[in-house]
Amino acid sequence: MAQLSSNLLYAAFFLYLLSTVFYAVSITGRKFKDRAGTEKNRAALLGYITAIFAVLTSLGYFAARWIAAGFAPVSNMFEYTAALGIAIALAFVIIYPLYKNNYLGLFTMPVVMLIIAYASMFPREVEPLIPALQSDWLTIHVITTVIGQGILAISFVAGLIYLLAMIDFTKKTKKVKSMEFILFTLIAAVAYIVLGFGFGAAGYEAEFSYVNENNVEAELSYFYPPILGPNEGELITEQGFEPLVEMPANVRSNDANTVIWSVMGGLFLYGLLRLSFRRPVGAMIQPLVKNVNLTTVDEISYRAVAIGFPIFTLGGLIFAMIWAQIAWTRFWGWDPKEVWALITFLFYAAYLHLRLSRGWHGEKSAWLLIIGFALIMFNLIFVNLVIAGLHSYA
Amino acid sequence: MEKVKCECGHENPYGTYLCESCGKPLKEEEGKLANMRYEGTARRSQTYRKNVVDKIWNFFSSVKVGIWIIIILLIASSLGTVFPQEMYIPPAADPSVYYYQEYGTLGQLYYQLGFHNLYGSWWYILILAALGISLVIASLDRVVPLYRALRKQRVTRHSKFLERQRLYAVSEETYADPVQKLDEAAEALKKKRYNVRRENGHLLAEKNRFARWGPYVNHVGLIIFLIGGMLRFFPEMYVDESVWVREGETEIVQGTDGEYYIHNNEFIVEYYDDERDDQFQEALENQQDPVVETYETQATLLKPEAGGTIGSETDLEKIKDHDIRVNDPLTYDGYSLYQVDYKLNEFSKFTFALELDDEEIAGTEFTVDLNDPAMSYDLADGYTVEIMEYFPNFEMDENNEPTTINRVPDNPRIIFEVFPPDLDPDDPDTTGEISFLGVQLNEALTEDNEYAIRLTDADLVDVTGLTVRRDRTLPFLIAGGAIFMIGLIQGSYWHHRRIWAQHSNGKIIVAGHANKNWYALKKDFQYAHEQAGLPYPDDQAELNEEEGGSSENGSTKQ
Repeated sequence: MAQLSSNLLYAAFFLYLLSTVFYAVSITGRKFKDRAGTEKNRAALLGYITAIFAVLTSLGYFAARWIAAGFAPVSNMFEYTAALGIAIALAFVIIYPLYKNNYLGLFTMPVVMLIIAYASMFPREVEPLIPALQSDWLTIHVITTVIGQGILAISFVAGLIYLLAMIDFTKKTKKVKSMEFILFTLIAAVAYIVLGFGFGAAGYEAEFSYVNENNVEAELSYFYPPILGPNEGELITEQGFEPLVEMPANVRSNDANTVIWSVMGGLFLYGLLRLSFRRPVGAMIQPLVKNVNLTTVDEISYRAVAIGFPIFTLGGLIFAMIWAQIAWTRFWGWDPKEVWALITFLFYAAYLHLRLSRGWHGEKSAWLLIIGFALIMFNLIFVNLVIAGLHSYA
Repeated sequence: MEKVKCECGHENPYGTYLCESCGKPLKEEEGKLANMRYEGTARRSQTYRKNVVDKIWNFFSSVKVGIWIIIILLIASSLGTVFPQEMYIPPAADPSVYYYQEYGTLGQLYYQLGFHNLYGSWWYILILAALGISLVIASLDRVVPLYRALRKQRVTRHSKFLERQRLYAVSEETYADPVQKLDEAAEALKKKRYNVRRENGHLLAEKNRFARWGPYVNHVGLIIFLIGGMLRFFPEMYVDESVWVREGETEIVQGTDGEYYIHNNEFIVEYYDDERDDQFQEALENQQDPVVETYETQATLLKPEAGGTIGSETDLEKIKDHDIRVNDPLTYDGYSLYQVDYKLNEFSKFTFALELDDEEIAGTEFTVDLNDPAMSYDLADGYTVEIMEYFPNFEMDENNEPTTINRVPDNPRIIFEVFPPDLDPDDPDTTGEISFLGVQLNEALTEDNEYAIRLTDADLVDVTGLTVRRDRTLPFLIAGGAIFMIGLIQGSYWHHRRIWAQHSNGKIIVAGHANKNWYALKKDFQYAHEQAGLPYPDDQAELNEEEGGSSENGSTKQ
C-alpha cells in the first residue's frame, strides 16, 4: 500500500507536468490562430481534464497512504507539504470553471509541482504518531488548514500573473528588482531540489564528528558536499572533504550548508538565464502573459482570498484552538506556530480591509498577496525547521 | 443638526452624501462614479468633529487606524517568536541568565526589553484593547446608518444616482410598452432568486442583503472573544493546577477545594514495536530511541461521602473510572484532568534486615514506607529499630549539614538507631547503635557497631503528573468564535447584489451595484439580457481604466 501510494504521487507529478504543457499550448497556440483556430480551446480543455486526473491521482496517493499508516497523512513535513501541493491543485480545479482563465493553469501547475518536489526532499517513510498527535483533530485541523492555504495560494498565483503582466521590465525599478527576487527564490528552490535529487541519486553522504552546542561530542550527516563544516568537525567517512569554513556550535551547520548550496545553485541558474537572454527573468516570462485580462486576474486573486480566508481561519485557528485545549490543556499557548498562524490571519484581515475600505486593488493588492503566501511558506518551513516549538515534528 | 431635505421629499440626516430614499447625490463629488460605500450615508465620524468624544470616536472609527492596529499587533506578535518565551525555557533556568547564555547579547537585550514575556506585557494588552475599541466604534459608526439606508431605500431612484453606478446602460431602442419589458425582466430575475420590488413600473431586484451584515456579525464575535480573553485577569475564572499521584495512591485534586480526589490505579507507557507495527518499520529502525505510543493513567475520580469530614480519605465514594491519556482527559463537573507528565521507578518502600557478624538475624526484616515512614519497628526476639532522622531527598546544604531538598524520595537516606533486646528504647538515657543508610550506603555513626542494617529490597512505583484545568472563560470564547465564523462566512460566501431597471420616455435604464463579486452580477445581467432583453450594462470602472485612469476604481475608493 505504501509503495502504491508513492507510485501514485509520481504519476500525479507527471500529470501536473502534462497539464502545464497543455495550458502552455492553449496560450502560446494563439500565435497560430489562423492555422489551427479551434486547437487552442481543446488544449485548455485537455489541460483542465489532465489537472482533474492529476488531482484524483494525488488523492489516490493520499488515500493509499492513509490506509497504509492508519491515520491521515498530514503528520510530518513530507506529508504536510505534499498535501499543500495537492490542496493548491484542488483549489485550482474548483476555481478554474468559475473564470476559465488559462493563465491561472499555466502558473498554478508548476507551483504545485515545485511544492510536491520540495516535499519529497524530506524523509518519506511512514512515521508512527506520538501520543500528542493521536486524535481525530489531526485530520480535521490539518486538512482544513491545508485546504485554506491551498486556496490562498491561488491568490498568490493570480497576483504573480498580474504583476508579471503589468510591470515595466525595461526600467530598473524597485518593482523589477522585487519581482526578480521572487523569481530568484523560486529558481533557488528548483536548484535545491535538483541538487538534492542529484546527490541523493549518487548516494552522497559525509559524516562528521563534532562538538555540539552543549559541548558534547556528536555526529552529523551531510547530504550535500560540506562547504560549511561543523564546529571542530572531523570527517569520519571516506566520502567528503575538509570543509572550507567552520561554523560556530550553535548553528546547525548541515542545514546552513544546504542553504548555501541552494543559493549558489539558484544564483548559477539565474545567472545563466540572465546571461543567455540578457533580460530580467520577469521580462522573459512577460510575453506569455501579455494578453491577460488584468481585471479578471485581480478579481480571481480577491475571490481566492474571500473563499480561502474563512477556511484557513476555521482550520488554522478555531479547530487548532479546540485541539490545543484537548491535547495541550490550553487553547492558546503562544507557541511560535500558533503565533505565526495568527500573524497570517491578521495579515489577510489587513488585506481585506485595505481592499474593501481603502481601495487597494490591482497592483498593491497583488504585492500583498505575494507577501501573504511568503508568510504561509515561512510558517511551514522556517517556523518548523528553525524556530523550535511544540509543532516541530519533522 | 438640521436635516437635509431631498427633492424627493425625504429628510436625510446631516452629512448624507446620497439620499437615503432616492439616491440623488446631495453633495457634489469628484469622479464619474458615486461613492457607494455605506450607501453614501451620514456616518457620525464623518459628520461631527467638535469635542473630545468626537475626536476619539473619529480616530477609532477609521479603517485606516484599524489597519494600523492590525499591522502593529502583527509585528509585535512576530517579535515574541525570535527567541522562546519564558514559559518555554527549561523550568529550572533563571531567565536573567538563560537568555544571555543561550543567545548572547541579543538574547540579553530580548530579556531586558521584556520580550521574553511579550504576550503578557502591558503594551501588548494595550494593543489588543485598542483593537477591541476600534472594532466596536468602527462597526457602530457604519452599521447603524447602513441599516437605515438599506431599510429606507426606494425602488425609484434618481437618474443621477443610476448614471453614476459602475454598471450602467440606457437601451438604444425605444419601447412602446417599457413596463411590460420590465415585467419580463422581473420574472427572469426572480428565477435567479432575486427579491423583486416594483414601483410605478420601475424595478429593484435585490439579492443576499444579509451578506452586508457579515462583517458586523464577525466583529461582534471578535469582541466577545476578546472579552472572554480579558476575563482571564480574574483568577476565579480559571483553575490551572497540577497533581502528582503515585500508583495505588489517592490525592486531593488541587484547585477543587477538596471536592474531588483522584486515585491512580496504574500508570503505563507503551512503545511502538517494529514487528507489531510493521508499517512504521523503516522509521523505527532509523530512530535510535524507542518511540512512545501511549501514556496512560488508569484513574478513578472520587469524592468525599456526604457527611464525611473533609480530609479523611477513608470515606470516599467513586464517581467514575477513566483512562487518562494525552488527547483524552478525564472531564467532570467542568474540571478536566490531563496527562502531561510522569516519572517512572520512584522509590516507594525499602526493606531492611538486621545482621550480626554478617549473618541475618531471623525475623528481623522490616519495611519502611518512604512516603510515610513509621518511626519505630519492633522486631523479633525483642529487637527494636527506630528512625532518628529521615531525608527523602538528601543533600548537604551550604553549612555542610544534612538536609532534604523536598519530600519526594528520590535520594532517601535514613539514620537508624538499633536497640538490642537488652536495651530499653523508651529509656531516655540509653543510646543504641546508630547507622546511616541509603542506596549503596551503609555507614556506622557510632563506634564499634555490633549490628549492621542491610537494605535487602526496594519497591518502585510509577508516578503520573496530571494537570487540573477548569476554564469558565471557554463559553465566551466558544460563542465569540462561533459568531465570528458565522459572520465571516456570511460576508465572504454571499454577495449583496442590486439591479435597478427603470423606464423613462420609452427607454429602459439599468444600473447595478454589487458589494463584491461584480463578476457574478454581470452574469446575472447577462441572464436578464438573454431572457428579457434588458440592456447589458457597461462596466464604467473598466472604461475608466482603459481611458488611462488609475487601477483603483472610483466606486470603492474612499
